[in-house]
Amino acid sequence: MDFTVVVIVEVLYAVASLVLISAGLAVVFGMMKVINLAHGEFMMLGGYATITAVNLGVNIFIAMLIVAPLIVGLIGLVVERLVIRHLYGRLVDTMLATWGLSLLFIGAATMIFGNTTTGISAPISGFAVGDYQINGYNFFIIIVSIVLILGMLFVLKATRLGLIARGTMQRSDMAAALGYSPDRIYMATFFAGSALSGLAGAVLAPLVGLVPTSGGAFIAKAFITVIAGGPSLIAGLLSSAGIFGVIGQVFSFSVSAVMGDVAMLIAAVILLRLLPQGVTARFFKGKL
Amino acid sequence: MSLNRRQFLASTTALAGAAAFPTVVLAADTIKLGSVLDTSGGFDAYGKPMDMAMRLAVDEINASGGLLGKQVEVIAYDTQSDMALYTQYGQQLVRQDKVDVVQGGILSASREAIRQTMRKSKTLYFYNALYEGGVCDRNIFIDGVTPAQQAEALVPYAMGKSGKKVYILAADYNYGQITAEWIKKYVADNGGETVGLDFFPLDVSDFGSTIAKIQSVGPDLVIAPLVGGAHLSFFRQWAAAGMKDKIALASTTLGVGNEHKVLTAAEGDGIMVAYNYSQELETPANTAFKEKWAAAYGDSSAIHELAVSHYQGVLTWAEGVRVAGSVERDAVIAALETGISIEGPAGTITIDPKTHHAILDVHIMEMENQGMKVIETLSQRQPVDTQAVCDLAANPDDNTQYEIKF
Repeated sequence: MDFTVVVIVEVLYAVASLVLISAGLAVVFGMMKVINLAHGEFMMLGGYATITAVNLGVNIFIAMLIVAPLIVGLIGLVVERLVIRHLYGRLVDTMLATWGLSLLFIGAATMIFGNTTTGISAPISGFAVGDYQINGYNFFIIIVSIVLILGMLFVLKATRLGLIARGTMQRSDMAAALGYSPDRIYMATFFAGSALSGLAGAVLAPLVGLVPTSGGAFIAKAFITVIAGGPSLIAGLLSSAGIFGVIGQVFSFSVSAVMGDVAMLIAAVILLRLLPQGVTARFFKGKL
Repeated sequence: MSLNRRQFLASTTALAGAAAFPTVVLAADTIKLGSVLDTSGGFDAYGKPMDMAMRLAVDEINASGGLLGKQVEVIAYDTQSDMALYTQYGQQLVRQDKVDVVQGGILSASREAIRQTMRKSKTLYFYNALYEGGVCDRNIFIDGVTPAQQAEALVPYAMGKSGKKVYILAADYNYGQITAEWIKKYVADNGGETVGLDFFPLDVSDFGSTIAKIQSVGPDLVIAPLVGGAHLSFFRQWAAAGMKDKIALASTTLGVGNEHKVLTAAEGDGIMVAYNYSQELETPANTAFKEKWAAAYGDSSAIHELAVSHYQGVLTWAEGVRVAGSVERDAVIAALETGISIEGPAGTITIDPKTHHAILDVHIMEMENQGMKVIETLSQRQPVDTQAVCDLAANPDDNTQYEIKF
């Protein structure tokens, strides 16, 4: 019984962390069709921003939830103005440019923070479920992901801003004809996507040893989740994170952590063979 | 003088090439010590202090009059954590710089990248790092701790403090696999049982399901030969889950590159390790060493296991040269094979003539407040793992890295 609870918590945690690491990419890639290969590095920067802020005496929750997303969002803004905005609609060129950016960020982080492992410890202590100890921080990640999804849903569905953003992504010429500047909306969307990546990196920072190359560990999972999710932003994110999280954890528990990752990749290959446009191209059609 | 394009290119390339070489002080007669270490890139946390230790040792030798009346000159290359550069700089050291000895290499892959070059060119080679054991080659001397030296000391102590059921989490490459085998052997020898064994590739950083699995098996002790930044997450997540007070934890790698200073005191306290060196070692030799280091570099917090091994490796070579009265390779090997000893910061180091490995003190330690508190010192441990497969006295032409079978 206790073990079942532990497994359920771990599965929820796996799904939540997939949602978290993919959300920023889902906005940038899913909405704007910009393949941001520097997504992992945005996360890494979020982690470093958190650690630096905490070392400067900022409360860890403020550092994770406010400071890091803001800083990474602003970095994203600069990147968008200098690089990305010249490349909208040029898929391959954005790949090349953002790959270069990822190298630049790794180099910059190495210069500033050194190529050594840093980290902070988790602010929430573990607790017991029957005979088992659970990492209390897992719940924090689950809650952050739920709030994140609800927040995205709210902004996109219930606010005028979200409506304009969605409209611009669908037909930027029409949005422009109605008097909205697509240029500024793209800029704001990229800012939001970068901030989400920064948030993910920040929230995951206490669980890992951070090095400048840490971003590489997340990028594959993030891309798989977003691509398998398909055209709908939130429904796609949730469905593919759900599928991969459950499969990954089931194999992690029954075989080993390595097999969990292997199973996840195999599941992604099979899924994309059966549903090449992603889950939401077939199911939940037209949902957000 | 007319200069066509080809000549121009040739001369500028030669100039650029010359500029890229380290400036060699052409003193009439020096002994040349070649060094290859990763002082930048992913392994610089290991390599930088090793480089500092090597220079400290050489400065001391020179300050006390040098070797055989000559000064020792360092020719150092930064291999940038790139294995391909080891091959390149290894060749350069033996062919172009014609050094008398090469000290260096950190990962086992880097050692294997240059070992044959050194052997073929008859250049004496010192590899001074904790590694998986089994290298049997008359041209190399190894000053690091091997798994048997560690596990033999650590396992009984850790089991004594916890219990008989042991769970092993190891890095998934030769070091982790071989070390896990040794741990299993010593667990069985001490009347215990290995109840679980998991291997992790170096980039795995999520240990949540593993921690739950360990609890479902319910061991008394977890031993973790995990390697690198991603694996450091395990120790963090273990503490975050509140496991530290439930199941005892030991490691054969945590702290080798001062990783325990990255963990907080709350995360690290109580983890059991066994190494040749600890900054908290309270011996006159270590106090003096730390003072020398602080005098040279400002503060001594960077010193770690590998740096001290490297320092002791340079001193061992210097002692060999003094005894031999020559820097010539065969003379120095013969001198080292008499089983000479040196006194290093971590105690006495004696060369085992049969394996060219070091007989050294192993200290059992517990992490305390981001330091490693010495609990017990086991003096002069033999490298029994390599001794079981390697006998250079009987078989001087051996050139193998043995995989130790059980």
